[in-house]
Amino acid sequence: MTTELEKLPVATEAAGDWKTICALQDIPVLGARVVHSAQGDIAVFRNAEDEVFALQDRCAHKAGPLSQGIVHGRQVTCPLHGWKFELASGEAVAPDVGCTRALDVTVADGQVRLKV
Amino acid sequence: MKKQKLVLVGNGMAGVRTIEELLKLAPDLYDVTVFGAEPHGNYNRILLSPVLAGEMSLPEIMLNDLDWYRDNGITLHAGRKVTKIDRVRRKVIAEAEDGSVIEAEYDRLLLATGSVPFIPPIPGKELSGVLGYRDIADTEAMIAAAGRHRHAVVIGAGLLGLEAANGLMLRGMDVTVVHLADWIMERQLDKAAADMLQASLEARGMKFLLARQTEALVAGEGEEGARVCAVRFRDGTEIPADLVVVAAGIRPNYALAEAAGIYCGSGRVRGIHVSDTLQTVTDPRIYAVGECVAHRGTVYGLVAPLFEQGKVCANHLANFGIGRYQGSVTSTKLKVTGIDVFSAGDFSGGPDTEDIVLHDRQGGVYKRIVIKHNRIVGSVLYGDTADGAWYFQLMKDGQDIHEIRDHLMFGQNHLGDAGHKGENKAVAMADTAEVCGCNGVCKGTIVKAIKEKGLFSLDEVKKHTKAASSCGSCTGLVEQILASTVGGAYQAVSAYDKPVCACTDLSHGDVRKAVRQHKLLTIPDAMAFMEWKTPNGCATCRPALNYYLISTWPHEAQDDPQSRFINERSHANIQKDGTYSVVPRMLGGITTPDELRRIADVADKYAIPTVKVTGGQRIDLLGIKREDLPKVWKDLGMASGHAYGKSIRTVKTCVGSEHCRFGTQRSMAMGVDLEKMLFGMWSPHKVKLAVSGCPRNCAESGIKDVGVIGVDSGWELYVAGNGGIKTEVAQFLCKVSTSEEVREYSAAFLQLYREEGFYLERTVHYVHRVGLEHVKKLVVEDADNRKALYGRLLFAVQDYKDPWAERCADDAAAPLRRQFETLEA
Repeated sequence: MTTELEKLPVATEAAGDWKTICALQDIPVLGARVVHSAQGDIAVFRNAEDEVFALQDRCAHKAGPLSQGIVHGRQVTCPLHGWKFELASGEAVAPDVGCTRALDVTVADGQVRLKV
Repeated sequence: MKKQKLVLVGNGMAGVRTIEELLKLAPDLYDVTVFGAEPHGNYNRILLSPVLAGEMSLPEIMLNDLDWYRDNGITLHAGRKVTKIDRVRRKVIAEAEDGSVIEAEYDRLLLATGSVPFIPPIPGKELSGVLGYRDIADTEAMIAAAGRHRHAVVIGAGLLGLEAANGLMLRGMDVTVVHLADWIMERQLDKAAADMLQASLEARGMKFLLARQTEALVAGEGEEGARVCAVRFRDGTEIPADLVVVAAGIRPNYALAEAAGIYCGSGRVRGIHVSDTLQTVTDPRIYAVGECVAHRGTVYGLVAPLFEQGKVCANHLANFGIGRYQGSVTSTKLKVTGIDVFSAGDFSGGPDTEDIVLHDRQGGVYKRIVIKHNRIVGSVLYGDTADGAWYFQLMKDGQDIHEIRDHLMFGQNHLGDAGHKGENKAVAMADTAEVCGCNGVCKGTIVKAIKEKGLFSLDEVKKHTKAASSCGSCTGLVEQILASTVGGAYQAVSAYDKPVCACTDLSHGDVRKAVRQHKLLTIPDAMAFMEWKTPNGCATCRPALNYYLISTWPHEAQDDPQSRFINERSHANIQKDGTYSVVPRMLGGITTPDELRRIADVADKYAIPTVKVTGGQRIDLLGIKREDLPKVWKDLGMASGHAYGKSIRTVKTCVGSEHCRFGTQRSMAMGVDLEKMLFGMWSPHKVKLAVSGCPRNCAESGIKDVGVIGVDSGWELYVAGNGGIKTEVAQFLCKVSTSEEVREYSAAFLQLYREEGFYLERTVHYVHRVGLEHVKKLVVEDADNRKALYGRLLFAVQDYKDPWAERCADDAAAPLRRQFETLEA
């Protein structure tokens, strides 16, 4: 199955600066926020363990906004057709096949920093 | 910790399925060693018949190839027959064909030795050319014989015998089926169905000799010594036979266990005797599953019960200790391409039973349903087996059928589900025919996935193919395809008994009960109490749990927005491009020039691409960006229409006696009144009402969850209608005289549904499940209960605040609004 991702420009490892986007509390637990960037919308997730993850906000299936999905464990379910993705890697959960791009994100001093 | 040793004897479907289930539960608990007498991985024995018939190849029927064993760290000894179990030293001893010996120690032992063909003691049974029908070797021998010889005789016209005969016939042999009883498949079919099946097989060239007892197999001179050349019967007649396949039944293979002193019964029921935990009654370290097992006096020869056993057994091997195997009800299907036969239960008749029969000899259809005390106890279907799974389900559930008796024979879907041209016979469909109209999945794709990926359950097919995973209207068709592809291996699971999702073993009913009995108020508490298997559930169970909490404990339970689907979280409907649609509340479908002006202004201001009137008499503004939602709501100045929720949606009305010359009642006022009363009502699924002012029924009350029809003397109430995936006419509940009674009865029905319905179960399915009698008893006949239900509904919606107003107010709390705001990087 071809993924929407293939049509997107791929950022190289070196490209991108760390940017502070919000405080950790600004992201709901088991939820996400959308971040505008030059590379399109990025979904930044927070799970129950306060881990944060960042994915391109486009499902590999039909480009649905993953930020609006339900977060569980270390996965998110797309709101459009229920595909599941690993938050850490952006890989679709089997038996579906596809991938959305994962970005680097960290939390320091309660601030969420994203590499874009 | 040192791993325990688990040894499996029998590399077949039951044993390996048990290991698979075990690996899902406890992947690192055991070092697993598997012994198999056959020199292969685990294959799908049920599909040997299609292999014999030339419709499939051996690689296609492999379930677990050698890589699977390696990837899971399992030691496989294929082609090694275990000859002895030493229970004192806890080890098994196996021999290879070359005489070499292997031993393996065990902490726990799982026996899945299957069954062996029963070969009656006929003189000549040891001759070359005489075979049982059990494994790949038998199948290959038959295929080889078909290439060299002409006359085949199959002894035994049961399921296996007929499938063997069909395969040999397709491979060009002249096949005669010999049977002891008076009609074929006498254990699965009554005479009428058997006669039709026989006629159909005869038309394909198969010959039958019924009520014949075989006396001897006669030897002739073959190239490699004595080979069978004829079959002689008790009456002295003989027929030529170069190949004899004995399919006179199977016997559990318990010799190994019995030799080890494990109790295997005596008399009629022979097999490895196990308890409800699948432990042998003799030695608690030794478990047994599959065809070799006798459980509560029953030996199963079909694969579906074996999978149920495997699941329970794995649970105990994983030290979870929950779940009991309590026996299975089985059904059978004959896997002969183009012929459809289904049978289940007891159809022998008896003093208290009655039959409903449809017999169209010319059209090739026979259906018989056997009923005892208003419950289905058996059914036999020939030609049209579309409703086999439904009858089987009704039988397993022990459902009272007297309410649906008059249309039982015409099947579950005689009104038709939408989306696949009204097609309801999967077998007759071409491979290119579309089954799932939502996801565009064809029959061929489903069949291919079932065969190649070794799928056995509806859920697996849904996951792999996406068929039936969207609106679900084609579920029945997909089940049929599954049943006809894997035959008796498919066992419909009652939707009501099956777990909510993979995060729990509990069903929706179990969860509802626990939430009520233990007063669970938050999702984390509920998951902890019910021992959820995942840290915070999934997109299937969380919304269900959230609904159960807030509907059971209104104003006490904590409503968790992150456990709601996006539409309910954002109070708008997400569209394919990630924009939203907004439907303002318009009570009863009545609006004003002022509202319309504001809607027009909003549409202009936010450049809303589409403005549409909905089926529920509301106005839909489509294509709104997430960031604009609160502004749009504020500018509209109207309340949320809840078009996005598992909640009250709309009350559709006709103009009624306010204007209409035929109207008998004020339907608009009634509709507005009902919609106001129900504002803020969350429910298992969406709820739609309609009020018509006269029996002309212009508001289409006949296909609504609650339909109200005004008549001169009062109002008629109808419930559980549906106009969507499944078109279903609402059923008459009762007639009342006043508007207050309309409110009370409607609210009481909806509250009952809210309290008893399973999440995502529409009223039509809920009432199907519990029966209209049940609803009438609690809502119509019991006045006190009705008032109590009415009171609980009013309490639940009391003080409900319009979610749009809350979120668009200037001083709205930040957390309520942040989901609509975008951050910048």
